[in-house]
Amino acid sequence: MSLQVSELRVHYRTLRGDVRALDGMSFELGDGEILGLVGESGCGKSTLGKSLIRMDGRMRHVGGRVVLDGRELPIADDRAMNDFRFKEVSLIPQYAMSALNPTRKIRRMVGELLRSRGAALDAAELERRMDQVGLPREVLDRYPIELSGGMKQRMVMVISTLLDPSLLIADEVTSALDVSTQKAVARALLGFRDSGYVKSMIFVTHDIALTHHIADTIMVMYAGRLAEKAPADALVKAPRHPYTRLLVDSLPEVGVRYAERRLEGIAGSPPSLLDPPPGCRFRARCPLAGDECAEEPPVAEVAPGHHVACWKA
Amino acid sequence: MMLRLDHVTKVFRIGAFGGRTVTAVKDVSFDVAPGEVVSLIGESGSGKSTLGRLILGLSRATGGTITFDGRPARAGKDYYRDVQGIFQDPFSSFNPVFKADRVFAMIKESYHPGVPEGEWAERVRTALRDVRLNPDQVLGKFPHQLSGGQLQRLLIARALLLEIRLLVADEITSMLDASTRIDVLNLLAELKTRGLGVLYITHDLSLGNYLAERTIVLREGAVVEMGPTGDVFGDPLHPYTRELLSAVPRLHEDWADAEDPGTCLYHERGASGGLLEAAPGHLVACARSKTC
Ligand SMILES: Nc1ncnc2c1ncn2[C@@H]1O[C@H](COP(=O)(O)OP(=O)(O)OP(=O)(O)O)[C@@H](O)[C@H]1O
Ligand SMILES: Nc1ncnc2c1ncn2[C@@H]1O[C@H](COP(=O)(O)OP(=O)(O)O)[C@@H](O)[C@H]1O
Ligand code: SF4
Ligand SMILES: [Mg+2]
Ligand SMILES: [Mg+2]
Repeated sequence: MSLQVSELRVHYRTLRGDVRALDGMSFELGDGEILGLVGESGCGKSTLGKSLIRMDGRMRHVGGRVVLDGRELPIADDRAMNDFRFKEVSLIPQYAMSALNPTRKIRRMVGELLRSRGAALDAAELERRMDQVGLPREVLDRYPIELSGGMKQRMVMVISTLLDPSLLIADEVTSALDVSTQKAVARALLGFRDSGYVKSMIFVTHDIALTHHIADTIMVMYAGRLAEKAPADALVKAPRHPYTRLLVDSLPEVGVRYAERRLEGIAGSPPSLLDPPPGCRFRARCPLAGDECAEEPPVAEVAPGHHVACWKA
Repeated sequence: MMLRLDHVTKVFRIGAFGGRTVTAVKDVSFDVAPGEVVSLIGESGSGKSTLGRLILGLSRATGGTITFDGRPARAGKDYYRDVQGIFQDPFSSFNPVFKADRVFAMIKESYHPGVPEGEWAERVRTALRDVRLNPDQVLGKFPHQLSGGQLQRLLIARALLLEIRLLVADEITSMLDASTRIDVLNLLAELKTRGLGVLYITHDLSLGNYLAERTIVLREGAVVEMGPTGDVFGDPLHPYTRELLSAVPRLHEDWADAEDPGTCLYHERGASGGLLEAAPGHLVACARSKTC
């Protein structure tokens, strides 16, 4: 088992109280596994990513453990985490493309980053990996602003994985890319796993069709908790959680003429995480909700590797 | 026509002394009518955002004209009463020191000073609910305290409050989850029946396909194909359009590899100069060279 997250609770402190962005998340990730992570905006996906690498000042580790390759990650200890960042866990954040330092040429930026991690630049290896994702070498002598979105994204991918981390978290790295670049970037990520640059990966996205193509397993979060986790095919073709079913039904496809026909979203909005109601968090929006749902549904394994938190699954 | 672009070209000077140039937009003409959604599709760097910025008067065209209601499109309060834009990266659009309620108060001050406070507060809450945000959850927060999707919806709510006639939406749904995205698209569809015109810039073909009456495919700044959405997606004439369509990940099919690009209809018909009208309103450029 590469990653084990158990009962993880991470809150944001605000003037009005704690926002319980992760409220008891448990899941596992195997060696070589790519886990697609989807869920409504605000459900805690980016918070999960940040928790595994660097908590910002307002974040508080309230409970639970994270174990990577048999070692506990000291996620609450910013200093101690330094030994793990880039080397064991690496994150490509949402909007990474706009986060590249605009005043440095790429080559210099890579050098500085590696030095700050106490590693030397292996130029040959860097170039080999750039080849692999289809980046011309002269990119190294350009400023970030001179690269297209897709090029920047691939560059960030190469940089974040140069030290062969065990776990890579990619947060919406393809969301801003056009379809052809998206395909290239997604395939490059698969290549990173197949070449052993990273052992396992969490791929956060809103594109269920895309994650179906690259992930082995898909996990659906809802309001700070796990709703469903299953092998990619099962999750898309035979979802068991009512939220997942509605989500999959709301996908528009090309090749279909919609004209005046409208797909349906999911009525209502997720509960506030400041003071979430007891019981199932999806209750207020769930078409199947019944009396038992006033109690929190446990996560049950309904088929091998298929976990669902719903009384009626 | 409400918005009209005629032979619009934009050349950027780059490099230390402006010695090199990039032609970001090449001879683009199209229009958007009230109550119409036109989607603009193309890969990154194809000039979509540049076109959006030109329409919003944030930069000046090098050649050609852009008019709104027959008058030149010029930045200014009058123009922005009718035309607003929302961009890709919501974090860059918000001033990080203002909370959400302050942002809405500023709109009132500049555009609707006559509306009573109580009524304005109700309008704000309605606009937030229209984009599926819980007003109590977002109003007291700073931008960095909201998720990417929440911010993006806040921006849409802000544009709605202005009661505009044309919305330039640049990749606004790319960071939204599937169900929120459908809500936002359905909301745009509803606003369109009330007369809002939308230029919907996207790289996600399935969303353009869902929403737009007409589709424009852009490549390297030039239009390669445009027409009614059903025709462009159902009967793509340009090899590039076909290539894009084949790269779309589909739920129940394997990822297709790019197919044979096929023939150049433009040459077969012996067309020259400008776009060929292959079917009513369905225009296509030459596939062989970018200049013919
Ligand atoms: N610094 C912060 N202070 C207070 N609340 C925060 C902060 N950052 C995030 N939150 C809240 O925590 C919750 C989870 O946010 P997170 O960014 O993890 O969402 P997400 O699932 O990544 O969403 P998206 O899909 O929109 O990127 C949201 O309700 C958000 O408003
Ligand atoms: N301010 C600018 N200065 C120089 N070049 C620019 C500027 N803005 C855009 N460009 C260039 O114009 C082209 C089109 O960019 P853009 O409109 O952002 O594409 P898209 O939105 O389709 O991804 C690109 O080659 C880009 O590098
Ligand atoms: S536990 Fe009840 S409310 Fe929750 S998803 Fe299942 S049926 Fe719906
Ligand atoms: Mg996020
Ligand atoms: Mg753009």
